Amino acid sequence: MSTFDSFKSLSRAMFLGFRRDKGALFFTVLFPLMFLVIFGGIFGKQTTSKVNVIAVGPVPVLEQALAHDSGGGLGKTLKLTRKTDRSAALKKVEKGDADAAVEQRGNQLTVHYSAADQVKAGTARGLLDSIVQSANQAASGKAPTYNMASQAVEDDSLKAIQFFTPSLLGWALASAGVFGASQTLVTWRTKGILRRLRLSPAPISTVFGARVAVSIGVALVQLALFLAVAQLPFFGLKLQNAWWMAVPMVVSGVLAFLSIGMVIGAWAKTQETAQAVTQLVVLPMAFLGGSFFPLDAAPGWLKAISYIFPLRYLNEGMLNVMGRGLGPTSALPQIGVLLGVAVVGAVVATRLFRWDDA
Amino acid sequence: MAYTIGVDGLRKRYGDVQAVDGVSFEVDEGEFFGILGPNGAGKTTTLEIIEGLREADEGEVSVLGLPPWPRNARLLPRIGVQLQASSFFERLTAREQLQTFGSLYGVPAKKADAMLETVGLDDKADVPVEKLSGGQAQRLSIACALVHDPELVFLDEPTAALDPQARRNLWDVLREINTEGRTIVLTTHYMDEAEILCDRVAIMDRGRILRLGPPATLVRGLDAPARISVATGTLPVEDARGLPGADEVSDDGVSLIISTRDPSAVVAAMAAKDALTGVQIHGATLEDVFLELTGREYRA
Ligand SMILES: Nc1ncnc2c1ncn2[C@@H]1O[C@H](COP(=O)(O)OP(=O)(O)O)[C@@H](O)[C@H]1O
Ligand SMILES: [Mg+2]
Repeated sequence: MSTFDSFKSLSRAMFLGFRRDKGALFFTVLFPLMFLVIFGGIFGKQTTSKVNVIAVGPVPVLEQALAHDSGGGLGKTLKLTRKTDRSAALKKVEKGDADAAVEQRGNQLTVHYSAADQVKAGTARGLLDSIVQSANQAASGKAPTYNMASQAVEDDSLKAIQFFTPSLLGWALASAGVFGASQTLVTWRTKGILRRLRLSPAPISTVFGARVAVSIGVALVQLALFLAVAQLPFFGLKLQNAWWMAVPMVVSGVLAFLSIGMVIGAWAKTQETAQAVTQLVVLPMAFLGGSFFPLDAAPGWLKAISYIFPLRYLNEGMLNVMGRGLGPTSALPQIGVLLGVAVVGAVVATRLFRWDDA
Repeated sequence: MAYTIGVDGLRKRYGDVQAVDGVSFEVDEGEFFGILGPNGAGKTTTLEIIEGLREADEGEVSVLGLPPWPRNARLLPRIGVQLQASSFFERLTAREQLQTFGSLYGVPAKKADAMLETVGLDDKADVPVEKLSGGQAQRLSIACALVHDPELVFLDEPTAALDPQARRNLWDVLREINTEGRTIVLTTHYMDEAEILCDRVAIMDRGRILRLGPPATLVRGLDAPARISVATGTLPVEDARGLPGADEVSDDGVSLIISTRDPSAVVAAMAAKDALTGVQIHGATLEDVFLELTGREYRA
């Protein structure tokens, strides 16, 4: 038997203790998944809307454009419904059920839109205008002089689920890590388990190493569950090429949050204090660190504040590799910050560490 | 020849409280040694200094020839400790608990079942520790202290808060552990427990050891009277006063009690009067020793 066997057996004991704790299981695993389902379900549909156009009677220009739409690009942006009743179609546009209605008389295309929603109307008009231009150009029989190739800076599927999967996972990891570490430490101390462990010849690093290993294992399960749920067709998460970088991100995030939890647990005298302080740390961090809403559009001061929270770096790094489809190295600075937090926290926690209450 | 434990001039202060105030004693290999005293006497503090959980302000301690402070990884595998407050990993069964503690010492998992049997908990192997009764938890805690086969075992009030039957069961377990050749140091505030279990007892009060020796010697060294009691009415009080050897006679309406330094003469005289119905004879106990040493009734 070696230190490694002690490590394995301790890890097993702690894992069993966690698995049998219904409350912890709910709050670390199920509760964040519920948030994912709700947020993904509510916001997931918004950004997928296409330009909704009603064709009143035959509109050959549109039909031709759709017929020659080899790449399917037009089909992705345009949803065409055909109607013969002109006044019913206009009514729909007025009510906002459709973005525009078009009629063609001879070579004249008429677009009806509602002035109530300028943005949607503008999008519809722009799209229809480009279709007419292409048709004109094709009718001239000449090769086009200018060509435009367009390329999105982000993956064009950056939908709500692409944002919520990494950032809600970040929140789940942060609360599991901080909570788990602070509670474990305070419980072990107040219940005398630390003194008992001190009387055994096993190095204390083995004991804490086992606790860290269990947390990392649980976090990877959380990651797998999040990815599995978010990739269901209903939510439609599209994993980007470098998604596997989420694994080192999750590991360094867990280390950072455990370390913060250890500081709280080493400092707090009672479980109640530890619990309250944990909430005070995790909730603001989740909000301001960008777990519940994207910070891209947030005011500058809020963005600046967000960078004092380690969770901000985890969210950003995971969003880069999982949601935005950036390369694997895009998460390295964030990993660096998280590991730094882990080291500083561990040093502080070691300083504050006490074997027993008195 | 070195002692298994040597303690010399131990002192420990917590703020205003002088918890241990100059304690010295030795424990021999294989001995069953008891520290007896009321609550707050300083038993736990003394024990925890010897185990290496606390640092003494003054004094020398050697355990199996080694200093226990600071944390001594060479000493730890050779001692087993049952702390006053049992401490278990949460939500593990009795067996898992033992396996986990065992693994800290490099003990294979299968040893757990043998330990459970030793302390009579084999039928509780799969019960979570939170569901064990007080006595069962104490026994599990002792099993955890023994799982790595230590030469020297420390038990801090192992039978506190147990009902009489559970205490008796535990005594059997402790005797068996001692017969296996292990040295045991036990603290208790039960006089009878110390008398029954220990080879030698240190009587402790207010941080000091008042007397140290085998229980029988301590009691015999005492010039305390024996008490003979019979049911009230068996013998008139006046007759009892006239018995040869009777020092003092009292009657509380339930029992007639005769104090004497010559119990055999009194009993013989009572037998002649055919007045021995329900007779009970109490010799001096450690309680009398405590009373004589401190001038106070012993109250745990
Ligand atoms: N950690 C502590 N801090 C302050 N006082 C303590 C502490 N532990 C024990 N004491 C005090 O020291 C004295 C001896 O306590 P203890 O060794 O626990 O006695 P016992 O085990 O005989 O009941 C008591 O007066 C107790 O209140
Ligand atoms: Mg005590």
